[in-house]
Amino acid sequence: MDILSNLALGFSIALSPWTLLLALVGCFVGTVIGLLPGLGPSNGVALLIPISFSMGLDAVSALVLLTSVYYGAMYGGRISSILLNIPGDEPAMMTTLDGYPMAKQGRAADALVISGVASFYGALMATIGLMLLAPALSRVAFHFGPAEYFALYMLAFCTLGGVGSNNQAKAALAAALGLGIAMIGLDKTTGMPRFTFGELHLMDGIDFLVAIVGLFAVAEVFHFIESHGKDSAIGVKLGRISIPWRDLGRTQGAMARGTGIGFVAGILPGAGASLGSFLAYMAEKSVSRNRANFGKGTPEGVAAPEAGNNAAAGGALIPMLTLGVPGSGTTAVLLALLLTLNITPGPLLFTEKPDVVWSLIAALLIANVMLLVMNVPMVKVFVRILGVPSWILLPGVTMVAFVGIFALTGSSFDMLLMVAFGLLGWICRKLDIPTVPIILGILLGNAMEDNLRRAMVLSNGDWTYLFQSSISIGLWTAAVLGFLAPMVLRRFLKKPPMPATDSFDRD
Amino acid sequence: MTTPFTAALRAGAFMALMGATAASAAECIAPANPGGGWDFTCRQIGRILQEIGVEKNLVQVTNMAGAGGGVAYTHVVSQRNTDPELIVAASSATTTRLAQNAYAGMTADQVRWVGAIGGDPGVIVVGKDSPFQSLADLIAAVKADPSKVAFAGGSAVGGFDHLKVLMMMARAGFDNARAVKYIGLDGGADAITQTVGGFAQAMTGDLSEIQGFIRSGDVRPLAVLAESRVAGFEDIPTAKEQGINLVAMNWRGLYAPKGISDAEFARWTEALQKVGDSDQWKQVMAENGLAPYTLTGAEFESWVADNIAEIRAISREIGIIQ
Repeated sequence: MDILSNLALGFSIALSPWTLLLALVGCFVGTVIGLLPGLGPSNGVALLIPISFSMGLDAVSALVLLTSVYYGAMYGGRISSILLNIPGDEPAMMTTLDGYPMAKQGRAADALVISGVASFYGALMATIGLMLLAPALSRVAFHFGPAEYFALYMLAFCTLGGVGSNNQAKAALAAALGLGIAMIGLDKTTGMPRFTFGELHLMDGIDFLVAIVGLFAVAEVFHFIESHGKDSAIGVKLGRISIPWRDLGRTQGAMARGTGIGFVAGILPGAGASLGSFLAYMAEKSVSRNRANFGKGTPEGVAAPEAGNNAAAGGALIPMLTLGVPGSGTTAVLLALLLTLNITPGPLLFTEKPDVVWSLIAALLIANVMLLVMNVPMVKVFVRILGVPSWILLPGVTMVAFVGIFALTGSSFDMLLMVAFGLLGWICRKLDIPTVPIILGILLGNAMEDNLRRAMVLSNGDWTYLFQSSISIGLWTAAVLGFLAPMVLRRFLKKPPMPATDSFDRD
Repeated sequence: MTTPFTAALRAGAFMALMGATAASAAECIAPANPGGGWDFTCRQIGRILQEIGVEKNLVQVTNMAGAGGGVAYTHVVSQRNTDPELIVAASSATTTRLAQNAYAGMTADQVRWVGAIGGDPGVIVVGKDSPFQSLADLIAAVKADPSKVAFAGGSAVGGFDHLKVLMMMARAGFDNARAVKYIGLDGGADAITQTVGGFAQAMTGDLSEIQGFIRSGDVRPLAVLAESRVAGFEDIPTAKEQGINLVAMNWRGLYAPKGISDAEFARWTEALQKVGDSDQWKQVMAENGLAPYTLTGAEFESWVADNIAEIRAISREIGIIQ
C-alpha cells in the first residue's frame, strides 16, 4: 500500500538511535514546559528553535525534537490542571473541571493515568487521520467562510450553560465579561484601536495566556492563602497507585467521541485545540448517563477533553501542512520552523516533499508512543508534587507564572495585568462565577466578532447571509439545541427527582 | 512593585529562558510571533550572517510581538537606542504603520534604516473558476458595482494589502475608495482559503505566501505588482503591462537604533549587503518567491522617507488618517 511504503520511508529517515534520544529529551522537556503555568507548547517550541539550530541539527532531527516537545507539552498541560487546578496551557483548561476534584478525592493518580491514555488515544487517532486523509481534509477549510465560523463560535457559547456552575446566568455573565475583554485592542474591520487608552501594550488586545494564568494560577494562590489550604488537593492522602483498568474501559467511548470532535476542530483553522477540548467536554456531558457527576470528578470528564485537545493538536497539522494556515499558536511556531528549514507548506507539500511530510508523521508517532511509555510510570513522580509542602510549592508556582508571562512579551505590563486577573478570579470564586467562560470569551471573542463583521461586509449588511449554507444551518441548529436542551432536561429531570443510581460512579 | 524586584525577575527570566548568551552576540528582534515575515527575515538573515562568517556566534532571534511592530519600535527607541549589536526586521508594514501614526506618535526618523535586500511583489489573484480573466475585467466589475466584488487580504483595514487594492483602483480612475469591499484576515494563507472557498471574489497578498496555491492551480493570478515579470513566474503579467501603473513590493529589510555611531551603522549596512550578495540569500529568494530589491544605507533612508510620504498621502485621501 502506498501509505505503508510512505510510512516506511518516513521511519527509515526518522528512526535512528540519535533521533530516539532527541525524542526522549524532547518529550521530557515538553512535558515539563507543558506543566508549568504560562509556558505552553507554543513558547516551548519557540524557545527551542534557536537551540536546535545552535546544536547544528539537520532538518529531520530538528523536526523530531520539536514535535516531541509539541506533543510533550500537550501531554504535560494536564498535569498541573489535575494536581493544582492550574492549567499548564489553554487547551488543558477543561481538564481542571473534573481532574482537580478527582485529585481532591485522593484519585490524582487515576486521573493522570486516564488522561495520559486519553491523550495517547487522541493523538494517535489524529496522526492516523493525518496520514490517511490530509489531502482530502484540507478541502474542508474551503467550506468554512465567515458565516460558518460565526455559527461555530455561537455553538460554543450556546453550550456554555452548565460549565462548572449550576447557574446558567452566571456562566452567561462570565462569557459576556470575556467577550468584553476581547473587544480591547485593534479592531480589524476598521483598523482603529478600541479601549486601549493610548497604551501600546493593549493594541493587540489582552493575551489569553495572561488571563488564564491570572484567573487560575494567581487566583488559586490567593484562595489558598485565604483558606489556609483547607480546600486544596495539596497534602491529600493518596491511595495506592495502580492502573485503573475499570475506568479506562469505561471511558473508551468518551475518548473516541472526544477524539472525533477534537480532530474536526483541529482541521478548521479558526477553531483549534481549546475549542476542541471544550466541545469534547460539553458533548460528553450531554450524552453521558451520569451527567450530574460532571464537574465533581468523573473520569469521563477527564478523558473526553484530553482526547479532544490532543486530537485537535494532530488535526491542526493538516491545515498547517496543506494550506500553510496555522490553526493555533503552536502550529504557527511549527510553521516557522518549517519555513526556517526552507520548507514552505502549501497544497504541493505532500507531493513535492514527501520525505519531509512522512518523516514528520513518523516523528509524531515516535513521540506519541514515547510519551505514553514515559507518562504512565512517571505518574508516581508527578503525584509527589502534592506531597511538597505548600510553603514551597505555591511560591514556586507564583514565580513560574511570573517568569512565564514575562517571557511571553518581555513587558512588566503583562505581569501587572496577570495580578489583576488573579484578583478577578478570586472574586469570581467568591461569587461562584465560573472562570472557564471568561477565558473562552477572550479566546474566541475576537474571531467571532471579526467573522460576523466580515460576513456583514460580504453580504452588504444582509443578516440572512448567516443562515444560507447547509453547514451554518447545521451549526445553528446544534447551537439552539445545545442552549435549550439543558433547560428542558433540567425541568424534566427535577420532577420526579433523579434517583441516585450512579452505581458505577464510585468504585 | 519595586525596581530591584522587577530587575531580578527580568534577569531570572532571561537566564532561565533565553539561555546565557554571550554579551557580544548580535540580536535580531522580530516584532511579531514566530511564523510571519519578520520572523522569517530575522532567522534567514541571522543564519546567513553566521554561515558567511560575518557573525561568529549565532544571531539571537527575539520575538517581540505587539501593536503590529509598535511594541518593538518603542522598545528600541526608548530602551535600546545605543545598542550596536541590535537589528530589527522591518517591511512595508513597518513604514505603512509609521505613515499612519500607528506607533503611538513615533516617527521614522527615530531609528536608522539599514536597508532592504529583497522584496515580495504584490499579486492580485482570483479563484480558478472566476469569470475574471484579466485585471481589466476585475476593475471593470468593481467600477460597475463595487458591492459585488469583495477583496480578501492578509492585513487589517488600512494595512498594506488593503492599500494595494485601493492604490490599484485609484490608478484605474475609481476614486470612491470607501465603496471598495475588503475583508482583512489573519495572514495571506487565511485570505487564500476564503478566496478558494468562493467567499471573496479576489485576493491581494504577497507572491511568496500565494505561490504554492498558484502552482497547484487553486487560484489564478491576474497581475503581479512589480516593475517587471518575476523570475520563476514569467507567465504572470505585471499590472504595468495591463495599463495600471502600480508597483507594490513588500520589501524585507532591517532597521537599527538611532544612537549607534556611523561606523557601527556602516558595519550593518555592509553586513546586509554581503547577505544580499550571497548565494544562500539568492537561494532563499528563489525558494520563497522574493524578487531582488536591494537598497542600503543613505539611499534606503531617503527611499523610506519618500515611501512614508506617499502612503501618508493615500491614507489621508481614503480617510484612514486625518
